[in-house]
Amino acid sequence: MGQGKSKRAGYEGVVVAAPVSVPYERFSPEPAHWWLAKALAGLGKRAGLSVDDIDGLCVSSFTLFPDTAVGLTQHFGLTLRWLDHVPTGGASGVVTLRRAARAVQAGDANIVACIAGDTNHVDSFRAMLTTFSRFSQDASYPYGSGGPNGSFSLITSHHMKTCGTRREDFGKICVAQRANALNYPGALMQSPLTLEQYMEARLIADPIVLFDCVMPCAGAEAYLVMRENDAQAQNLPYANILSTIERHNAFPDDPVQIRGGWALDRDEFWGMAGVQPEQVDMLQTYDDYPVISVMQMEDLGFCEKGAASEFIQANTLTYDGTFPHNTSGGQLSVGQAGAAGGFLGLVEAIRQLTGEAGDNAVKDARIAAVSGFGMINFDRGLCTGAVLLESGQQ
Amino acid sequence: MTDPLQRPPKKDPQKRTVLPTPPPGARSRKAIAFSTAAAEGRLALQNCAECNHVIYPAREVCPKCWSMDLQWKDIPDGGELIAETTLLTSVNTYFRERMPWRIGTVRLDAGPMVLAHIHGDVGEYERVRMIARTDKSGQGVLMALPEKETANMADDKQLRTLTCDPKHRRVLVTDGRTQLGQCTVNALAKAGASKIFVGIAREWRPYDGSAELAAVSGVELMPLDITDTISVNELAAEIGGKTDILINTAEHVRPGSAMQRHGILTARDEMETNYFGLMRLIQAFGPGMRGRGADGDNSACAWVNLLSVYALSNWSVFGTTTASQAAAYSLSQCLRGEFAGSGIKVVNVLFGPLEDSWRQPLPPPKVTPKRLADAIVHALRQGIENVTLGPVAEDIVRRFRDDPFVLERELMQAPEGQAV
Repeated sequence: MGQGKSKRAGYEGVVVAAPVSVPYERFSPEPAHWWLAKALAGLGKRAGLSVDDIDGLCVSSFTLFPDTAVGLTQHFGLTLRWLDHVPTGGASGVVTLRRAARAVQAGDANIVACIAGDTNHVDSFRAMLTTFSRFSQDASYPYGSGGPNGSFSLITSHHMKTCGTRREDFGKICVAQRANALNYPGALMQSPLTLEQYMEARLIADPIVLFDCVMPCAGAEAYLVMRENDAQAQNLPYANILSTIERHNAFPDDPVQIRGGWALDRDEFWGMAGVQPEQVDMLQTYDDYPVISVMQMEDLGFCEKGAASEFIQANTLTYDGTFPHNTSGGQLSVGQAGAAGGFLGLVEAIRQLTGEAGDNAVKDARIAAVSGFGMINFDRGLCTGAVLLESGQQ
Repeated sequence: MTDPLQRPPKKDPQKRTVLPTPPPGARSRKAIAFSTAAAEGRLALQNCAECNHVIYPAREVCPKCWSMDLQWKDIPDGGELIAETTLLTSVNTYFRERMPWRIGTVRLDAGPMVLAHIHGDVGEYERVRMIARTDKSGQGVLMALPEKETANMADDKQLRTLTCDPKHRRVLVTDGRTQLGQCTVNALAKAGASKIFVGIAREWRPYDGSAELAAVSGVELMPLDITDTISVNELAAEIGGKTDILINTAEHVRPGSAMQRHGILTARDEMETNYFGLMRLIQAFGPGMRGRGADGDNSACAWVNLLSVYALSNWSVFGTTTASQAAAYSLSQCLRGEFAGSGIKVVNVLFGPLEDSWRQPLPPPKVTPKRLADAIVHALRQGIENVTLGPVAEDIVRRFRDDPFVLERELMQAPEGQAV
């Protein structure tokens, strides 16, 4: 039942625009509301919109308690006819885009502001880990309380053992992203990184080293979903949506996570767009740890499972390389601002495709793949998604 | 192999005692059932009654068939380590102070994948034997041990946080006048306790086994009458700061129901020892032990209460003694709550009729003092908090689990001299 493939509607006439990144800070005394407000105000300024122009809002945040998106409507003075709150963490960029695009397409909303942001007080990361999920509270946090470092060290060592990836491959990803970050003013990490430094870095949770880990921080990201003709009327550069996928709790019986939902949905992903991986000009992965970026390269079909080491070594991964990847530096070099981490790659892709990427612009970029991954509920990330965007510039 | 634990050096009085910092203790209601089994040393997971799927982490519903009939059952303890890591950082103070810390993913023979603490002697991708125990927070956790016993296995740093091994620890046995007290002392000496303080009330009165007791290595006889507040306080002032394990072997047992007594003198004596005695010990020794829950290799770690299984439900043949035992049992639950977070386990041993003079007319099966003593030390070495000892106790506990109100009525019918 329900297994027959129905053809999914495309996203014709719906676009994404107005990429906004609020520069990150390692620690912030401000609440999440401040960061989200700053992102929303940034959207208004960038797109020339006022509070009355936005009739849809989609929010992703971990640290908004006791509020949800509901409280923000009153707080931000928005009278809306469409509202959503997305709890998918690192997949929230893709997921908010999917939700908002369908709302705009169906006419439930005209312009949806998608905003993600979190604050980072001195103790907020630990506080979030202690109450992250019921399964983690019952069955993972009591085992060393390593947080994501613990979970991903197991996933990383398993991937190295079964797929032949090596620390040098993870290192190459980290080093290239750091090079990209040196041209991205919003990045928290502004000193160069060499492969030697990576290989000799302090061990955090074997085999994960310091440079495999993101730095928790405060920050926010935002973009708009709207009709193509509205964007044109507003004179806003935009990107079209070629295809999207989303999956939760894929492959629950894999003993240790070796793949994500992308592997289940990739034929549909490329088929819906009518695009091949070779045509993609850049890939923005969710990089809470480099092994997850590797998994996305494999599962989305840029290389086969087990061939990532060779693929990574055969390419250059900087914005000006043969396979531009995480062109703003990714979370590994920009920082992980909670749920905004799930927006980072998407907002960067929109910047690239609308000609706003500055020094890091990928030359002649037309098509970007953006991928999300989120929520280590117990032992693995549950939420995956991806979107293919095409520049709307002629 | 594990390096053998060395006898801890004498404590430096200039240094501040390391305070206990518990590992994470928050659990869902369902997961508390796992902890409850772990407190008995059992490895139990939810089993789906409809499709037999073994479920982990604890859920409200079977993820395979959506049955909500999930039953906690003991599962086979075998498994295989399929991924492992050594943590060098943690956001939790308890673990931060104990790095490096090994964890890994184990595929249980019963089906589920679990995250577990890993014993130092378990090699990469080896077969393991899983145990469930309560940790220093009092909640159940899983640990993977080598499939076969290894040298000094119990001395593993991570395993020792789950156990209350008497090795190199200092123990107070509150009553050494009885056979039970003396058997306990012998078992502790054999287990490597470095010092065994033995309480003797009215030491001027002779008692059987006194010479043998004094000759046990590490034994120090101390005046202690737990019905006397001053006596308890004086002993605590002397040894309270170096009592790592307290085993309360004192009891006052007399046959008889309420109507068979004249006045309350006997009942008061029972309460003086069984209830107020325990309370005096708690007030005198509890705070000091609670403060030493993380005090190195010979930290305070366990408090053992020996309780008649009829503490769960009254048996009128020993009606008033049982009532005082019920009070003691309730107080031991209070103590467990007060020790929560300190890393000190309250070990409750519920035993069936003991082979001793006050229970002499009762028919077998009975529990010999030596068997009870061995069970205490076994529980300490294994880190087990709830022990049910002897066929009678096992029978009563089983009926209690089924329905405590039915048990109450069953016990009313039990003939004189025989339990259920």
